[in-house]
Amino acid sequence: MTTATDIAEAQLKMPVQREPDVERRLLHRTLKPLVGTPVNAFVTLACLWVLWLGVKGAYGWLVTRAITEGGAQACKVGNGACWPFYEAKLRFMIFGVYPYDEHWRVALAMVLFLGAIGVTMIPRFWNRNLFVLWGTTIVATAILIWGGVFGLPYVPTTQWSGLPLSFLLSAVGLAFGFPLGVVLALARSSKLPAIRVIAIVFIEVIRGVPLISILFMASVMLPLFMPSGMTVDKLLRAQIAIIIFAAAYIAEAVRGGLQAIPRGQHEASSAMGLHYWQSMRLVVLPQALKVAIPPLVNISIGFFQDTTLVTIIGLLDFLSTVRTAMTDPNWVGIAVMEGYVFAAVVFLIFSYAMGAYSRFLERRMRLGHD
Amino acid sequence: MRVDASSGTRLLYNLRFRAILYQVLAVGSIVLLGLYLFSNVSQKLAEQNIATGFGYLSREAGFVISQSLIDYKPTHTYGRAILVGIVNTVWVSIWSVVLATVIGLFVGIARLSRNPLLAFLAFLYVEALRNVPLLLYLFLWYALIVTGLPAVREAWEILPHVFLSNSGLTVPSLVWTSAHTIILLALVLGGVLGTIVHRRATAERIRTGKVRMTWPLVVLALFLPAVLAILVVQPDLTLSIPEKGRFRLTGGSQLTPEFTALLVGLALSASAGIAEIVRSGILSVRKGQWEAARALGLRDRSTMRLVVLPQALRVIIPPLTSSYLSLFKNSSLAIAIGYPDLVMVSNTTMNQTGQAIEGIAIFMLVYLGLSIMISMFMNWYNSRVALKER
Repeated sequence: MTTATDIAEAQLKMPVQREPDVERRLLHRTLKPLVGTPVNAFVTLACLWVLWLGVKGAYGWLVTRAITEGGAQACKVGNGACWPFYEAKLRFMIFGVYPYDEHWRVALAMVLFLGAIGVTMIPRFWNRNLFVLWGTTIVATAILIWGGVFGLPYVPTTQWSGLPLSFLLSAVGLAFGFPLGVVLALARSSKLPAIRVIAIVFIEVIRGVPLISILFMASVMLPLFMPSGMTVDKLLRAQIAIIIFAAAYIAEAVRGGLQAIPRGQHEASSAMGLHYWQSMRLVVLPQALKVAIPPLVNISIGFFQDTTLVTIIGLLDFLSTVRTAMTDPNWVGIAVMEGYVFAAVVFLIFSYAMGAYSRFLERRMRLGHD
Repeated sequence: MRVDASSGTRLLYNLRFRAILYQVLAVGSIVLLGLYLFSNVSQKLAEQNIATGFGYLSREAGFVISQSLIDYKPTHTYGRAILVGIVNTVWVSIWSVVLATVIGLFVGIARLSRNPLLAFLAFLYVEALRNVPLLLYLFLWYALIVTGLPAVREAWEILPHVFLSNSGLTVPSLVWTSAHTIILLALVLGGVLGTIVHRRATAERIRTGKVRMTWPLVVLALFLPAVLAILVVQPDLTLSIPEKGRFRLTGGSQLTPEFTALLVGLALSASAGIAEIVRSGILSVRKGQWEAARALGLRDRSTMRLVVLPQALRVIIPPLTSSYLSLFKNSSLAIAIGYPDLVMVSNTTMNQTGQAIEGIAIFMLVYLGLSIMISMFMNWYNSRVALKER
């Protein structure tokens, strides 16, 4: 019996007719978009020129004009990349004012954290064991960074800085912002008017003002709202601001996911005798969150970049330690490009990786039916 | 569902009662939290002897604002200083939005170019801007302007009479008088008239089916008011052109390094997002639409204008709104490089008066209000281009 698939397979198996001038065609196909029309040829030339300028500039700065030895003075004279600056300041730029002898602890914590993220990103490992993994990772990183037990000296939060602080702020912000955001999204799509209004006001107010204003509020106003004698750590205050901000944006992403779930799912789960929380937990949310994963990853990228704003309220995040390194009396005004390029490359690598992962997820979701 | 309010345990299972209970609990806990925070605040303020209320707005500010579009001196009030901040925020946001939209449009189309090199360059541009924090770029542009550019004495003349130096960009400018305002208003009037005439002509054409040459009439409606206004008020149309003197530039108007860095930073990073929006908008219009338009005999430009663009806009407008909104909110990063926007002026005010709550309340309200205005305008525009389902 001949079915449609059989026909398709037969067609696939048919030998492809090789045309005699296949090579000429290939050449034609590559060249046509580049020089097909005079305008296109001009565009190609202009692009080549821009690329050439960029490559030449970067190569000259990084390699031919680079200053590989000597101190700050050598760099002041030359105008290439100043490697001695990186040599002298790399550890400070990454770890900031964390005690020098204890750098290995934060480094190890970062490796654990990034490793856990790496494992989490692989769909094959999406099961209950992840909770165990994250539980262990969180405890281990907390012990490593905080210290005070197992003979590790205690490090106060005022000395937490650099790249680990940026990771910490965005990771904790998203970890706590996520459940809060889910609750807000549920509240916003609730049938109870008072709860819906509260959620709408909260979400829209937070989304309508810049992050800086919330950071300011946390750093200037929050102490006024605390009862007398109670002080809140500066880092914790910034963290609370970031959590609240993240929650409002996550809520909107999750709401998008909730809206994508057809009514029938709610009705079917009610018909099965599940009450609200059961139907949400077992039926609706698992589907809605899956739809919301790509926008959530995009939000995460944004938040990783937005943590740089804590510089403005005086926390030493990665961008801030890089800037501090640049304004060191020995190097001030010498390594401006070096510092910013380094910071930009670090951000570029992590953000691009996350963006690529988000695109992978979107592709996977479009293909898979699981 | 059996409603039985007589028994206490049954009551808990009554859906309507539960709904009310939950809402009362939610509202009640928020009110209690608010009261608790309020009592803490008033106690703290009393302890620290901080005044409350908005009375300080009418007191003398006493600080200098490096640039302002409206008249401002340190002897003016705090209220006026905050107004200057608002105007500065809006000013930089408007120019950044315009610049970002233009660049974003070109880059978005370039990403779809059939020329692989151009598409690749556009891709590099977008990724480089999207994956690095805006704050870093702001610091970088500012540092490049201040340390990388020559002093005023050796200012680069990048275009005739446009000078770039470490004290910013100097451009030719008009000496603005009330006559210019009248002409501007006349131009706006001309725009309105032109639109009306054009609409009438189109309606007429559709009604009668006759194609008449109506564009001279439209052009006339566009420019007649402005020409009349020029003839009537006789304004001074000479430009103030910057000239390089021995030590400084004279004439023209100066864009400070802070403004230039903020403008460039905001516009470039928003343009990357807009490019992606434009790209996905154009991609969302199916190939069949192009082919159908061609089959109807439309030329390429008419196809773009009448068939593709209206459909692409429908996809483009909502995300474009949110990217304008985030650009507007990101303008608050001005404080990092010292452009006197709303946040920076409020911050100075808070430091001087100690009235943090009022200061933050003012700028949050202003941002919220302006955000709502922008989204209302964009929603109105969206409803015009949205799919009309009949």
